[in-house]
Amino acid sequence: MTQQEENQRLGIVVSGSLNKGVEVKLDSSASIEDIAVGRFVTIEGQKRRFFGMITDVSLGLIDQKLALTPPDVSDPFIAEVLTGTSTFGALHVSPTLAIGGDVATLLEGPQPVKTVPSHFSVVNLASQRDVELVFGKEDKERFWIGNPLDMETKICLDLPELVKRSNGIFGKSGTGKTFFTRMLLIGMLQKSNAVNLIFDMHNEYGWEGSSEEGQRKVKALKQLFPSNVAVFTLDEESSRRRGVSTDFVVRISYDEIEPEDIVLLRQTLNLTEPAVETVHRMHRRFGKNWLQNTLALKDAEEIKELLKELDIHESTFQNLKRGLATIRRLPFIEPHAPTNAVRGILEHLDRGMNVVLEFGRYRDITAYVLVANMLARRIYAQYQERMEKAMAENTAPPTPLVITIEEAHRFLDSQAASQTIFGTIAREMRKYNVTLLVIDQRPSGIDDEVMSQIGTKIAFHLDNERDIDSVLAGVSGKSELKSVLSKLESKQQALIFGHAVPVPVVVRMREYGSAESYKGFIPREEAEAGKQAEKDIEELWE
Amino acid sequence: MERVGEVIEASTTEFVAQCYELYQLPPLGSLVKTRDLPVELYGIVYNAATTSLEPGRRPIARGKDEATEEEIYRSSPQLLKLLRSEFNALVVGHRQGDRLYHHLPPQPARIHSFVYLCSPEEVNEFGQSFDFLNILINAHLPVPTEELVAASLRQMSQAYEDRRGFLVAAGKELAILLGGNLNQLKAILGRIRQ
Repeated sequence: MTQQEENQRLGIVVSGSLNKGVEVKLDSSASIEDIAVGRFVTIEGQKRRFFGMITDVSLGLIDQKLALTPPDVSDPFIAEVLTGTSTFGALHVSPTLAIGGDVATLLEGPQPVKTVPSHFSVVNLASQRDVELVFGKEDKERFWIGNPLDMETKICLDLPELVKRSNGIFGKSGTGKTFFTRMLLIGMLQKSNAVNLIFDMHNEYGWEGSSEEGQRKVKALKQLFPSNVAVFTLDEESSRRRGVSTDFVVRISYDEIEPEDIVLLRQTLNLTEPAVETVHRMHRRFGKNWLQNTLALKDAEEIKELLKELDIHESTFQNLKRGLATIRRLPFIEPHAPTNAVRGILEHLDRGMNVVLEFGRYRDITAYVLVANMLARRIYAQYQERMEKAMAENTAPPTPLVITIEEAHRFLDSQAASQTIFGTIAREMRKYNVTLLVIDQRPSGIDDEVMSQIGTKIAFHLDNERDIDSVLAGVSGKSELKSVLSKLESKQQALIFGHAVPVPVVVRMREYGSAESYKGFIPREEAEAGKQAEKDIEELWE
Repeated sequence: MERVGEVIEASTTEFVAQCYELYQLPPLGSLVKTRDLPVELYGIVYNAATTSLEPGRRPIARGKDEATEEEIYRSSPQLLKLLRSEFNALVVGHRQGDRLYHHLPPQPARIHSFVYLCSPEEVNEFGQSFDFLNILINAHLPVPTEELVAASLRQMSQAYEDRRGFLVAAGKELAILLGGNLNQLKAILGRIRQ
């Protein structure tokens, strides 16, 4: 891009307000068809420069009569004369930041705007430098995730900042959520100083995933960073068949399942309200081994007596038993598991390893919700304990933990959000150094309160009105962003807004999946060390 | 620089010049100037007429026995002295010292100032600003405004290498000036289109 193109003039500000954004009349030299919503512009005010995004494009007429008696535009001369004068393009721009100008912006970087540029301020397309100034350059903490529309500049996310809050990735299936998540996890693994625990429902993040067409295999975390990632599996056989080298086989014993885990599964197990109540009574009665004891009840007399004692109706008990049988059928649940999965995960996390838990063939939602909720709760409890201890003793707090969950609306719908640990994590956020990365295709299913606590939202193409509304709930400039969001391309474009980005930004995703792209993800020193080792080995054989 | 006449009547907004030779009129819409220092006046020819020297004496038809029009003038050479050609120019700017102004001069032209047709270079310089269009549009003249504006732009565009570029730029200026008068704009654009 040449210098001239960098400062491409678009037009001038003609009206507007801070609330609604400003209207820009397009110069006749700028073609309206080249302008896309989501692009960044700078506005040269008299005292400061403003940075904003184009949120709408419209057509204007100097005289309404033109619309009624259109001129003969088949004549190129007349068409050229009227463009930009009698008929003109108009842009709607939301200025969001002030860059340069007063002392504060010079010292502290871009500041939120509190005013609008004066009349007839010149509007230019934002240059590479402007975008860099706002989003920062790729460095030790900033991770390159993609490029803005029609520009080669890198958009970088400040990852340590990102993981301080819970984040969400939303979009219809097939829009690039998984690819983006994989890339973001790689970034977090390198630059966020946090460790990740990923509940990998579809076995896509640990070893390898496949591209949309299903043809091409793409490498995932363990292949790229073998020393930093541990793959846990619930289904050893499936992992072996897929050629994944696993570090730990997760088994869950009966006594690890608590009444809360069953409560959460109420809907999937089709339990009635009294049956849920029965779970608690059984727990009170039998203690830790309640599940095993409940399932072991065979003798009719014995059951009758127990039910009478606990004041439980027979049909309720049968309902519960049917539900519990579903759980018992899950092959990874055993009366007495040889290993403690929670301890295993924590040990790995403590060593700074990122843990991917593969579900293998157990992709049904019962298994996913049960396991994810159960493990997360215990891990969270451990973190809470450690954090409180660290605060009391004034020692170093535990490494920040990011838990990635898919199909988030199953955990975080308005009913479940109050009961699951994920609801608590999302709400209490970073107090205990644990945050969430939720991935979902139906954000409208997620509880409003949880949604409002999500720091940074990454929204891919969504076309359901309710989903769009729920993603944008509580965001300033909602209607403008809505028009941007609904015009995203159906693949690999996302609107990112919230805590970790200074302004909402439309990003074309960075390439992922080619040999060249992998090189870019691995830090140079490591890559070079690897090369050196290869060379040494070659020399050894010469 | 070609001399085309001499001022015989002048006001702040326009002047009338008589040609030295019958029918040697500058074209409609062309840019002319007086050079009677210290202020040089620029005008655009908006009207021209050839009339009898004496207002009361009208010419009579003479060609009944002649084969061509040329023959009439050859057989009555006095005609060239009894008729006169004059043109009206609307003042659209002036030059004082080195500076060119696209607005009315402080004083009108003096009688007997010589009037010259501007050279292409001068036309080119004058056409750098379209402020004169406003004067043309708002003047109340016996000729239709759109005819005059179109003629002057056509004339002026000849001094430019990029004729089309000049006309497009002028058209854009007109589109703004005539924002509320679409029909007039259309009429002018139709007359200057390339």
